[in-house]
Amino acid sequence: MTETFYDVLRRQGISRRSFLKFCSLTAASLGLGPEFAPTMAQALETKPRVPVLWLHGLECTCCSEAFIRSSHPLASDVILSMLSLDYDDTIMAAAGHQAEAIVEEVVAKYKGNYILAVEGNPPLNEDGMYCIIGGKPFLEQLKFAAKDCKAVISWGSCASWGCVQAARPNPTQAVPVHKVIRDKPIIKVPGCPPIPEVMTAVVTYMMTFDKIPELDRQGRPKMFYSQRIHDKCYRRPHFDAGQFVEHWDDDAARKGYCLYKMGCKGPTTYNACSTTRWMGGLSFPIQSGHGCIGCSEDGFWDNGSFYNRLSDIHQFGIEANADKVGGTAVAAVGAAAAAHAAVSAIKRARNKAPANTGENSQ
Amino acid sequence: MSIDSGATIQQAVYVYEGPVRLWHWINALAILVLAVTGYFIGAPFPSLSGEASDHYLMGYIRFAHFAAGYVLIAGFILRLYWAFVGNPHARQIFLPPLFNAHWWGEVFHEIKWYLFIAREPKKYEGHNPLATLVMHFVFVWGIVFMMATGLALYGEGEGMGSWQYRWFSGWIIGLFGNSQNVHTWHHVGMWAIVCFVLVHVYAALREDVMSRQSIVSTMISGWRTFKDARPPDDRH
Repeated sequence: MTETFYDVLRRQGISRRSFLKFCSLTAASLGLGPEFAPTMAQALETKPRVPVLWLHGLECTCCSEAFIRSSHPLASDVILSMLSLDYDDTIMAAAGHQAEAIVEEVVAKYKGNYILAVEGNPPLNEDGMYCIIGGKPFLEQLKFAAKDCKAVISWGSCASWGCVQAARPNPTQAVPVHKVIRDKPIIKVPGCPPIPEVMTAVVTYMMTFDKIPELDRQGRPKMFYSQRIHDKCYRRPHFDAGQFVEHWDDDAARKGYCLYKMGCKGPTTYNACSTTRWMGGLSFPIQSGHGCIGCSEDGFWDNGSFYNRLSDIHQFGIEANADKVGGTAVAAVGAAAAAHAAVSAIKRARNKAPANTGENSQ
Repeated sequence: MSIDSGATIQQAVYVYEGPVRLWHWINALAILVLAVTGYFIGAPFPSLSGEASDHYLMGYIRFAHFAAGYVLIAGFILRLYWAFVGNPHARQIFLPPLFNAHWWGEVFHEIKWYLFIAREPKKYEGHNPLATLVMHFVFVWGIVFMMATGLALYGEGEGMGSWQYRWFSGWIIGLFGNSQNVHTWHHVGMWAIVCFVLVHVYAALREDVMSRQSIVSTMISGWRTFKDARPPDDRH
């Protein structure tokens, strides 16, 4: 039998005290009551470690980079040990055929019991030739590994939505994982990269409760993606007051006013940055003075400038925003109405002269 | 407009009942508030200085927007009810006779009248067919779109447990791809409604002067008066 998570920890010299601390911390970060800390400890002590295949498609590895920096040092150790991360070509020791053999081994040995974590996404164009892993298209590896998995975790915006490689005009036809894998539960953890603590917490939840977390309609765990950055932003009082940064580095910027007018996408972005923050709770983009760019939202590359809160409207041929299109339309309609009124008046005046006598006879 | 004496003039007809008129003017006010506050939510006033706790400007503007939005929604629901229980004119903008060839013929006649091709407009107790068409597709569906997307955006602030989120935000955001696109199209919708208002006000004033029936006073008194004795074209 595979060793439990607790066995691994003890083997690595982590004390029981530290282990229990981790359990209560994680329970708290998942928004669970204090009574769940023992449940979590029990699960980690008794359940075999969940084998995880971590595949990499078209991506930049920022998800992995974030994941291994999960701020709580213990947490990152814990998760890496807990996962039994059997395959992750970026950080595994094995390489070449040896490494690729592990995928087949895990699929055969843990049929229906392993978790497939996908970072990046498959390109479909040219039969998937734009992303080759071990001599074969990534698409094939993904389909092969997904066929017997328990659930799929789509790490980051690439796997969840498509991200930069799927942005217009998307020459490789990169598609998010759920467009290829349709018969497995998929947990989307979007972000570019996702928040490290969110990644580790999602895994911990699945491990502890042996089920996938509650998802919203778009497949994201509700516990981290049910609110917008704006809803919990510490600069929100400045928004409600009407205090905005008008230019970069103006007095309002130095005072930490709301970045709404600088195109902050906090009001349209579902993520936990304003609550968990980054780098161990040190900061997050808005706190460091720049607006949110909405990296965890579907299609964020195609929504136009990072400094405009409204999307560009491409249907009009030129890149235009809603106000330009709307303002132009109103001006055109107004001008048309005025011109029409002028013609109407002329026509009426012309008709009236001879018709004056005829009007009563009608 | 006030030619209602003389034996040759056709009798006035009671067209718009009280609730319809009330709805019209409350709507006008709500749309005015919604468009102005909505614009300033998208492009706020210059920044205020001082303590954040001293001001609540965006809060008040957003409150006015949401309050007017609910007035619009409540009005629309009551208006739908009135479409069932009111007189036939109360149903007109909700049910244009799209499969009636004769009616389409009159739509084109009305277009010709507006293009200065037809010499004389037809005469209607209710809306003229072109007005019915535009009110149905631009106004009715326009505000349905604005109410639905508006509730979807409102639900975002209320949170995933709220009825607004459950009924509107989830599927509408999914449909548009992301929340930013919903904001964008809600914004475009505002400009479309403003265009409608421009055309509506202009056409109403022009028809009042140039057509063969009263327009503006009818939405105040409810009575349609006529300027000549020939029968209206929509009495069947």
